[in-house]
Amino acid sequence: MHIDKYERNWIRLAGGMLVVFLLALTVSAFFLGIQLPGIADHATPVAAAGGEFDVNRGWVRELAPGRYEVNMRARVWAFEPNEIRIPAGSTVTFYIHSDDIIHGFKIQDTTVSLMVFPDVTAMATYTFEKPGEYPFVCHEYCGAGHHFMSGRIIVEAL
Amino acid sequence: MSQVAAKQYEMPRSERNLYLWFIGIGFAHLMVGLFLGFMQGMQHAGIDLYRVIPIVRHYYQGLTAHGVFNVLVFTTFFIAGFLLFATGTSLKKPVPLRLGWVTFWVMTIGLALTDYAIFSNTSSVLFTAYSPLQAHWTFYLGLALIVVGTWLQLLIVGRMVLDWRKENPGQRTPLLAFGALTTLLMWGLASIPLAILFVGILLPWSLNLIPGVDVLLNRTLFWMSGHPIVYFWLLPAYVSWYFMLPKQVGGKLFSEPLARLAFLLFIPLSLPVGFHHQYVDPGVSEGYKYIHAILTFAVFMPSVMTAFTVLASLETGGRARGGKGLFGWVRALPWGDPSVSAQLLAMVLFALGGVSGLMNASFNMNLVIHNTLFVPGHFHLTVGTGSALTFMGVVYWLVPHLTGRRLFSRKMAVLQTWLWFIGMAIMSRGMSWAGMLGAPRRTALGAAPYFMEEWVLPSWFTAIGGIILTVSGFMFFFNMLGSLWLAPKGQKVEVPVAEPLIDEGARMPLWLDRFTVWAGAAVLLVAIAYTPTLVRLISDASFTVPGLSPF
Repeated sequence: MHIDKYERNWIRLAGGMLVVFLLALTVSAFFLGIQLPGIADHATPVAAAGGEFDVNRGWVRELAPGRYEVNMRARVWAFEPNEIRIPAGSTVTFYIHSDDIIHGFKIQDTTVSLMVFPDVTAMATYTFEKPGEYPFVCHEYCGAGHHFMSGRIIVEAL
Repeated sequence: MSQVAAKQYEMPRSERNLYLWFIGIGFAHLMVGLFLGFMQGMQHAGIDLYRVIPIVRHYYQGLTAHGVFNVLVFTTFFIAGFLLFATGTSLKKPVPLRLGWVTFWVMTIGLALTDYAIFSNTSSVLFTAYSPLQAHWTFYLGLALIVVGTWLQLLIVGRMVLDWRKENPGQRTPLLAFGALTTLLMWGLASIPLAILFVGILLPWSLNLIPGVDVLLNRTLFWMSGHPIVYFWLLPAYVSWYFMLPKQVGGKLFSEPLARLAFLLFIPLSLPVGFHHQYVDPGVSEGYKYIHAILTFAVFMPSVMTAFTVLASLETGGRARGGKGLFGWVRALPWGDPSVSAQLLAMVLFALGGVSGLMNASFNMNLVIHNTLFVPGHFHLTVGTGSALTFMGVVYWLVPHLTGRRLFSRKMAVLQTWLWFIGMAIMSRGMSWAGMLGAPRRTALGAAPYFMEEWVLPSWFTAIGGIILTVSGFMFFFNMLGSLWLAPKGQKVEVPVAEPLIDEGARMPLWLDRFTVWAGAAVLLVAIAYTPTLVRLISDASFTVPGLSPF
């Protein structure tokens, strides 16, 4: 079977390019800490203290100075809580769970992007360095009022 | 002996009608879907047409119809007509008509159920049908019947190829039939999880026979079929680009072995890549997401090979027509033939769509664009142009071939292909741009309280591109109606079948004409890529989450 010289080189070049892309991805994923949600989150229960921090309610609590934990509940068509205030430089861990169908949780201008299921807890951590308003939206279709489902994080200057 | 008889084979009226009905029903649904897409684009730009035009009750009912009609109904019905036609022509054998019409009716009854489900607003769950969003049972049953129709096509084409081999020992399967069988075999394997999901879980659940569902298991089953389906839409376009278009431009197929290899590679590589749709799903391990990322990069390779072989084939045509210099052959191609201009323009945007697809597949880079408008910005270039505009290009010669009438207006047809190209370039640019700025997809953005200032301009790109596409689509439709009923009888249109530049004859390796080993490789790769996750999901499955229909 005959393969043209140029075609052979083209295939090699394209293959090489893909390998370079994959290496770049691997570095960013496993050495720069830009991570995807994984299987561990499936099992991680919310570190809830009960009472005021009932796992079935949405809340924000300060764990230590600059360290926050958010238990987020999603349902048609609202987030609870839908407004979060934190000081700049805070690291926030979000646990999010749906009360009904699939929702999404995307915080604009951050790497937080999660699918939200009723039978799995999703988790993401992010450090908010820059003060300002970060809107978050549901980015998975969830019915006729899907486009109303949103909230905001207000990062206050120190 | 059989060769002589075959050459005199005059296609019976019933066979021609079968193909015309498949293609006609597909395109009729595309027109409805296209118009709904226009309404969506306008909604993003702040113009709400849903109150003025009562074709659907709200944005999401329209979006469900847009998705189901354009990527499930239009594609599948066109592909049915095209691949059955191509197989018969290529093998010079009559297609078993009774089974052909049974296939047609199975699919059409399924379609009627699906149409009912959508237009009654009982199933506005979008084409992904993510449970626990719950649709009416007719939605699941209808779509399942359409999939059964594709299996019947596999049966027809598979039988015809096997019979042909018996009659022509030692010869390699003719290219069109080879492409058709590869497409249907890949999809036959890939559609099994979808069938299990729709018939085994969602249908009984919608009839209250099971109380609830397991969300992650269902999503995983869906995307096991949901990514390979894009190659089911794409490969028929490749059949035309590789095996027909070179003839239409007066050239030859540059490399037959690599063309066959590219097709065959899609059988194993299309399947084990579904997790790249689930990168941000909790409960799927990062390691397996990474493996699927690598495999998704691998399935880019046959398309890279296609880029070379198809362009080189076109170049042989351009040079044969007197084109000189590095790019002079491009100008020399027969751009005045609407079938050619459609497919060449489709390739240009498809290449860009391939690039944005690689970005989607790029593991953690997906965090930025997951479920944003960047994703529809991508697939309107691939399925919405690479496939759809190519299918229109095929129809520009296929319908005159089947009816014996001329194309109603050649000029309008050429203009139509350019308008589709320009409109899609603008619209896709708008969508990708808004997506990069964080605008979510599948959202009535025009009514969203969080609509951002910087989404305004991209949204206008989307709306204006959508208007141009709608004009283009209706030009196509009127041209087709004219060609079916008004145009005068014309000369017999030949079926373009490309010949290879180098006749490999018996030097063509046998492994490039055998399917079992490739299907086996597909099963093996799926087993590697999915087994641990599926075992865990099935053993943890709870079937407890109840359905909800909030639309």
